[in-house]
Amino acid sequence: MDVSRRGLMAAAGSAPVLMTVSEALAQGVTPRRGGTLQMMLTPEPPVLQIGVNQQGPTLAAAPKIFQGLITFSPTLEPQPQLAKSWTISPDGKEYIFKLEENVKWHDGRPFTADDAVFSITKFHVELSPRARAIFTLIETCEATDPHTLRIVLKQAFQPFLLMFDPTACAIVAKHLFDGQDYRTAPAVQQLIGTGPFKFTEWQRGNFIRMDRNENYWKPGQPYLDTIIYRIIPDSQSRRLALETGQVLLSQASDIEPFDIPQLRSRPNLTVDTKGWEYFSPLSWIELNHRVKPLDDARVRRAMSMAIDRNFIINRLWFGVGKPATGPVASTTRFYDANAKIAAFNVREANALLDAAGFPRKADGTRFSLKHIPLPYGEIWTRLSEYLRQAMRQIGITLELESTDAGSWARRVGNWEYETTINFVYQFGDPTLGVARTYVSSNIQRVTFTNTGGYSNPRVDALFEEARTTPAAADRARLFSDVQKILVDEVPQIWLTELSFPTIHDKKVHNVITTGLGPSKSFDDVFIAG
Amino acid sequence: MKDFWRRFSRNRGAVVGLVILLLVCLVAALADVIFPGSPWDMATAPFMPPGEEGMLLGSDSLGRDVAAGIAHGSRISLMVGAVSTVAALAIGVSLGALAGYLGGWVDDAVMRFTEFFQTIPSFVFAILLVAIFTPTIGSVVFAIAVVSWPPVARVVRAEFLSLRSREFVQAAEVLGKSRLAIVVTDILPNALSPIVVLSSLMVASAILLESALSFLGLGDPNLMTWGFLIGSGRSVIRIAWWMSVFPGLAIFLTVLALNLVGEGLSDALNPRLARKRGGAA
Repeated sequence: MDVSRRGLMAAAGSAPVLMTVSEALAQGVTPRRGGTLQMMLTPEPPVLQIGVNQQGPTLAAAPKIFQGLITFSPTLEPQPQLAKSWTISPDGKEYIFKLEENVKWHDGRPFTADDAVFSITKFHVELSPRARAIFTLIETCEATDPHTLRIVLKQAFQPFLLMFDPTACAIVAKHLFDGQDYRTAPAVQQLIGTGPFKFTEWQRGNFIRMDRNENYWKPGQPYLDTIIYRIIPDSQSRRLALETGQVLLSQASDIEPFDIPQLRSRPNLTVDTKGWEYFSPLSWIELNHRVKPLDDARVRRAMSMAIDRNFIINRLWFGVGKPATGPVASTTRFYDANAKIAAFNVREANALLDAAGFPRKADGTRFSLKHIPLPYGEIWTRLSEYLRQAMRQIGITLELESTDAGSWARRVGNWEYETTINFVYQFGDPTLGVARTYVSSNIQRVTFTNTGGYSNPRVDALFEEARTTPAAADRARLFSDVQKILVDEVPQIWLTELSFPTIHDKKVHNVITTGLGPSKSFDDVFIAG
Repeated sequence: MKDFWRRFSRNRGAVVGLVILLLVCLVAALADVIFPGSPWDMATAPFMPPGEEGMLLGSDSLGRDVAAGIAHGSRISLMVGAVSTVAALAIGVSLGALAGYLGGWVDDAVMRFTEFFQTIPSFVFAILLVAIFTPTIGSVVFAIAVVSWPPVARVVRAEFLSLRSREFVQAAEVLGKSRLAIVVTDILPNALSPIVVLSSLMVASAILLESALSFLGLGDPNLMTWGFLIGSGRSVIRIAWWMSVFPGLAIFLTVLALNLVGEGLSDALNPRLARKRGGAA
């Protein structure tokens, strides 16, 4: 071990986990050019063209190739990416983005505001339901000059900027897609973006390789020569690859929660749970309100009180994540810390059920409910097994039914379930990621809508008003009101604020610097030491 | 009967097998006494090694007692083994008897039907059936019975083919006994010994099949079984070896015991074969 490496280890050991470029410089770690960063991608995505595929693995890898107009800090403040600056008119309707001028697509053609207009008004509107819902608010979207983008909204929409990060609206090349079927265009396989890395090779089932973009618009960046995503289907092999240094970074659900304590104790690895502030996934027991007695708020409240959320976090997730306190995650904007669900109390939960008219029968049970564990891996089965025991304490029998991922989505989408587990991204703002589960206008036969069928006119009105109110302070008041109602009625039984640790070798720097965690461009990531 | 025991006990392995099997049955019968409460209850901290915190065989990833899981799981395993074997015997014996006794086109039809089932790899077929009917204890037993009857049908048919032309059967026919009565009271009792031996082996393979299905997550999610225990321990084997080793040992011992007993039964029921083999120790 040479001297500089030892110095670095000492510095990194005493420093907080997160380091920005300036902090790294202050500690004497100068960004170093060169090196290959090997990571993992689980599961292997079908295509990496963002928009055509919007699943987790694509959102993690594609932002190395494609960029958005802006990105977000861990506190969800907008930061420039392809847009170097922007102004918003006082009435909140007009957005003007000034774009970077020396940006070239990987095929050498210049990037202009036309590409942005195409991406916003055509590409994502056709491909992504999430973008479609928001971008229908646009009245005009035009390029006033090659490097200026002007968007006028039909009505003020305060969370609008949150739609312009690379995972929500990656800017794609107009000349490669316009006039073609976006899903089958040749560019979907060639992947031409403006990002710091160019797509070079994909051996299915083995690895995806990206190489340094020599003509990247940020001078001197990126630092890395090559990024390789290895496809390793078995979780124990993934852990081994990280331990042996074959890969230097793991993300999302690469590593099972029960392996994290062991990895934490390894001196060369950093376990960072930050970087999920934008997505803020919140898990809950999804209740179907059409099934009696789940339409009774007292029953739902009692069920919620019977669950020890600290047990779930500490025993199942090994301390990664936070107990949920309500419908809005604490990392999402407009979270109200005063609106909290009732605390864990089995005795009161039992009393509540007695009072609601569900006395215990001779065998000690009150009623039974069917429950579909989330088929996304072992940890979710364990969670349902815990919940079954927790419900038993208040006389409710949970009968578990096994399904595969496809049938789970179909059954939840068709309302053919009694209870199940779900987790949903919040996208930084309650209008974008929270309202969809509770407003009655979104009761649809589609997953991740209000599939539970909860309906409360007051909640509908508050969410609708918050959606169109331009001032943040007014929205905060409205969202506080709605959170107070929801924690009282418990339409879904919120369990935990999930977070997925990013584990990396300490010689990899600047990994988590945004609110999008590993879904960032990696242009400032370097290996030193 | 005394003769039978003498011949059975001459095979020492069979006696050991019988003792293990009785022990397993005892544990199954007394599971509620030794480990009161549900095996799903979280009794202690997760990943406690064997011997700590009063956990004889350690605790699993939720702090559940592995020993309680094995004890309660033995009930399901034995029950699945027994019920699915009875069901498979019912199908196999009736079809085999029909084919062997009636012969002719009935024999042809039944045997082609049996071959159809035999050409499908049985485990893949079982997975398919359970996946279609959603995993419950009923569908698991059904799937195991459906994939394990063909060998029974073939053995019974062979026995019936050789027995139906014997003098005592002809005598019964001449006496005017009904066909059903001949099959049930004359031929079947004489064909019983291979069926008994076969069924002890079928119980063993049914237990293995159920465990394999549970291991793949296709067991009844509401029942604690050995396969489930191993399946849930597989991914944490580097942290908690005891979660997979002890249930695995339970399956190994039970299946071994059933096989030994099966061999002992074969010796006891076919004394001539046993003697030819060299007197079975």
